[in-house]
Amino acid sequence: MSIVDHSAFEIAQLVRSGELSAAEVTEAALERINAVDGRPGTLDPGEISAEDKTKIHAFITLTAERARKQAAAVDQKLANGEDPGPLAGVPFTSKDIFCVEGTPSTAASRILANFVAPYTATPVARMESAGAIMLGKVNLDEFAYGSSSESSAFQPAPRNPWDTSRVPGGSSGGSAASVASGECALSLGTDTAGSVRQPAAFCGVVGVKPTYGRVSRYGLIAFGSSLDCPGPVARDIIDAALALNAISGADPHDSTAAAIPVPDYTAQLQESVSGMRIGLSPEYFRIIYINSETGEIDTQPITPEIEKSVLESANHLAKMGAEIVENVAMPHTRYGIPTYFVISRVEAASNLHRFDGVKYGYRTPDAVQDLTEMYRRSRGQAFGPQPKLRILMGMYVSAAQYSAQYYNRALKVRTLIRRDFEQAFDPQGQYRVHALLTPTTPTTAFPIGDLYGDSVLMQYADQFTVPANHAGVPGISLPAGLDAHGLPIGIQLLGPDFSEARLLQLGRAYEIATQDAEWRKRKPAVLAA
Amino acid sequence: MTDQITPELFQHLVQLGAMELKPDEAEYIRHQLNNQLKAINELAAIPLDDNTPPAAHGVPYTPEMRPALRQDEWRPEPDPQKILAQAPQIAENYIVVPEIPHTDL
Repeated sequence: MSIVDHSAFEIAQLVRSGELSAAEVTEAALERINAVDGRPGTLDPGEISAEDKTKIHAFITLTAERARKQAAAVDQKLANGEDPGPLAGVPFTSKDIFCVEGTPSTAASRILANFVAPYTATPVARMESAGAIMLGKVNLDEFAYGSSSESSAFQPAPRNPWDTSRVPGGSSGGSAASVASGECALSLGTDTAGSVRQPAAFCGVVGVKPTYGRVSRYGLIAFGSSLDCPGPVARDIIDAALALNAISGADPHDSTAAAIPVPDYTAQLQESVSGMRIGLSPEYFRIIYINSETGEIDTQPITPEIEKSVLESANHLAKMGAEIVENVAMPHTRYGIPTYFVISRVEAASNLHRFDGVKYGYRTPDAVQDLTEMYRRSRGQAFGPQPKLRILMGMYVSAAQYSAQYYNRALKVRTLIRRDFEQAFDPQGQYRVHALLTPTTPTTAFPIGDLYGDSVLMQYADQFTVPANHAGVPGISLPAGLDAHGLPIGIQLLGPDFSEARLLQLGRAYEIATQDAEWRKRKPAVLAA
Repeated sequence: MTDQITPELFQHLVQLGAMELKPDEAEYIRHQLNNQLKAINELAAIPLDDNTPPAAHGVPYTPEMRPALRQDEWRPEPDPQKILAQAPQIAENYIVVPEIPHTDL
């Protein structure tokens, strides 16, 4: 077992007590990356080799020297008798949608391939000031637009550490893959429709989407500004709580970061869950989607093994004294995706207009007549299909003649989705649940290439995660077993605004209840090899 | 079912979006847009009344949660060269762009 297979909590303890240096941890992490990652994603990858297909490819940019300097600074602090911070020496990665000063910050897009960020995003800065060591920037779907990480302009795209023929999920696929394979103990991702929770579920790790406003968005390359939530990926709940402690809180650089005190998210992790009311909703056990070829509405139950895992998890919590409330009505769940198709596209289109080849990023090398031709060529050449789709859809559904029918209507449906949650969590209401327990995803990780190209089916991978983004409420995904293919299954806990501490407490209770389970002894295939 | 986004409407959107598309790429994107609209059209069936206000965001944004705005004070950028260095083309600290379309009055 390498040092990097320890939890962030253990690593920080060992470093803080002087039993291990931050430098040693960093070298161990770099060694692991060298063993399992393969070549980083690039714009001109050439052919994907047989060897490529056995690697993780989490990284776009490895910042080894920067990490070594940070580790030396942590070790120096310890030598001086100063406090190196609660995450001293803990290696982490950042989704390449976070700006980090002096590093390429690409959003996995050709249009930002040459962009070197002049400042650092608040969540990254806070991790670093807590003593954590950033190893580099990890791959994602281009601009976070996807659920498989396949749409990155930087190939090879990340692969699932449990089975490298499958996707790691997305858009924070590099984050989840890097944590699952022990390249780092923590990663920062962003969740706009499930982009932290879905890859966490696919890779068998913990992913937290905090309440909107809990974590500052300063320094994020924006996607859907009313939906985007930065959040941690970790291997267990304690580590996720430590990371959330580090990154949460108000920020003078982001007026939407809530001025609500940050509790110590580790404080109540060992407390009893007795008396807590946990809701199960039938709407989270089937997916309803439009067959885009026939136009018919199809209903499909979720994979039976996933359903079984969720119900078993409920039983575990019940045995610990929680009360299970069945049949919680969440009738607008199915509209999460159509609503998202509208709202996120309008916000994405608005955010993408800034990429014009003028101030930074890609500018066409072609000779052009005038400024507008430069815009058209630069954007045409450097945006991939996903940003183009989203720009065009965003403009269509918000155009003056269509906005009442689409955008304004979607914003009202968003209110209905929010009300479903308010009614479920209302302390005086019919259900009075403290949290909802659901599957994170309708399936486990799908094979690379299976959904890629079908933008409608791909979006429905987020059906159980997107409602929390519309409503703004927090959610966590945590591992709850393996399916018959040995692929991780994720369960999700959703709670009212700013209830992260309670969700983590429930998650920790579940971890304790299942700590001796056979599946917990299994390791991702890349580590077994 | 006829496509909601016809080739003509699509061309108009592409023009507004300021993106030059290759023909095969354009056809793929238009097809995907029309498929997505079939999903979006599900929204039309949801009953909405006057008591359903639009939600620009999920979490209510109360005055207590809102951090005080900082003072509107001018501060010099510590290192403007770092920002300018990102521009594709500069000359004497100006960002250079191709001819801006204009009409002589």
